[in-house]
Amino acid sequence: MSTPFYVSPEQLMKDRADFARKGIARGRSVVVIQYADGVLFVSENPSQALHKVSEIYDRIAFAAVGRYNEFENLRIAGVRLADMRGYAYDRRDVSGRALANAYAQTLGTIFSSGGEKPYEVELFVAEIGDEAAEDQVYRLTYDGQVADEHGYAVMGGAADVVAGYLKERYAEGAELGDALRLAVAALGHTPDEKGVARDRVIATRDLEVAVLDRTRQRPRKFVRLSPARLEQLLGDRASSAPEPAAGETTTPDLLGGAGEVEGEPPVAP
Amino acid sequence: MIPGPRLPASYLQPGVSSFSDFLADQAPDLLPGRRALPQGQAGDLAPHGTTIVGATFPGGVLLAGDRRATMGNIIAQRDIEKVFATDEYSAAGIAGTAGLAIEMIRLFQTELEHYEKIEGTTLSLDGKANRLSALIRSNLGMAMQGLAVVPLFAGFDLGDARGRIFSYDVTGGRYEETGYTAVGSGSMFARGSLKKLYRPDLTEAEVVTLAVQALYDAADDDSATGGPDVARRIFPIVHVITAEGGRRLSGDEVAAVADRVIAGRMSHPDGPTAPLTGGGHA
Repeated sequence: MSTPFYVSPEQLMKDRADFARKGIARGRSVVVIQYADGVLFVSENPSQALHKVSEIYDRIAFAAVGRYNEFENLRIAGVRLADMRGYAYDRRDVSGRALANAYAQTLGTIFSSGGEKPYEVELFVAEIGDEAAEDQVYRLTYDGQVADEHGYAVMGGAADVVAGYLKERYAEGAELGDALRLAVAALGHTPDEKGVARDRVIATRDLEVAVLDRTRQRPRKFVRLSPARLEQLLGDRASSAPEPAAGETTTPDLLGGAGEVEGEPPVAP
Repeated sequence: MIPGPRLPASYLQPGVSSFSDFLADQAPDLLPGRRALPQGQAGDLAPHGTTIVGATFPGGVLLAGDRRATMGNIIAQRDIEKVFATDEYSAAGIAGTAGLAIEMIRLFQTELEHYEKIEGTTLSLDGKANRLSALIRSNLGMAMQGLAVVPLFAGFDLGDARGRIFSYDVTGGRYEETGYTAVGSGSMFARGSLKKLYRPDLTEAEVVTLAVQALYDAADDDSATGGPDVARRIFPIVHVITAEGGRRLSGDEVAAVADRVIAGRMSHPDGPTAPLTGGGHA
């Protein structure tokens, strides 16, 4: 009979955290950006059926990276919780803060319980208010920590590089088109095998984009942007002639510049 | 039961995409049809909603309701709303016990939205109509004690690109109607009016006038149906659904139509007349 090794609690938690972090880092990133009329979610996701960004309630949306089956269960639980509260009380009594709290408690309990393996997921829960100042973005990590994000946030693989790119260029109160172009350029700014960051043009069909748009007349503010709408908002990114940055200082030659700098053939949108 | 901070394990179980099924598991006391009632007739205890009319037109469908709720000979409420958008492309109007009906519609709205969010796609119009059947069926016990709920359901079928109307009975039986229909206490008179005025080629604006005329005729002969309240400016609720989605007409839009209808009735109290022979479209 073998004697069990002693493992210190610190080591145990570190191992569990490393395990979860490794799983999360394998996936592609999701960017969330606050713009003038709400909150924008952009992710690189070639699947049309398996969503990373979803509607939870009137003004609340959800985005996730990591293991699909785990965050899908969390998403469904969130929809159930929100609909249950909205039905039992009133639609106005469903809040993003309560939902973020429920996710934090759930993830935290699973992480520190010895029995279950930790969830390999990271979540955003965003809620918009009537004014941009009331918008909230919460980031939830695999261990149940909650952070309040402002302006922009990134999670998933290469999150640091993408966030660094956004940090230099993010401007508050941008229009939807500008915010979208910035987010897509940031997602394309990923390190290659040698670890050097390169810009690539992500095809429109590989993008999953959704917004919480406070200008919508209906109570449900969540909208997915169709590929046609994305084409229209992004413009001609793959053309060899870069668009002149007409007075824009926040998003200079990121749009058309990629193909020219790298000398890569234009990617068909 | 509304859960506390941590999500209960049952919430994290995949599977059910029906909100009412989930509710039956988690909080059965919130379901409208699950209440035990003592024996006896309870019909006079609660307000009743009255007349709803529906009509299709090329490219869409309309649902309209008067604003009266009655309790016996008493007018319980003069500005009740009985027509509700149930999702972007459908709406329901309710006749019968107002309290139960409003609760049932709230559950139905949540049901449709819940399915849409969980599954990532909307139910077909027939699927929605069948879900409403199931909710009405679960209320059969109460219906037999005088607390019946009989809705009218209308929606735009995106597959067929046309508006459709469904009526129901208390057992949940669902019947598709062609062209126009009405439910509630004044429905006989409303249907008579619709029968004489309806044509399948009416425009959206004409069909709104048609509905206001039919509700006027219902109120003319049925004491439980509210006519246009000129002094308080209370007019019917009118909901129109087309390929662009549903839209509830603003109070001013309906008031303008109602004012024209009332002006016409000043000289012809019985309203427009139809020709005696032939189906001549004047």
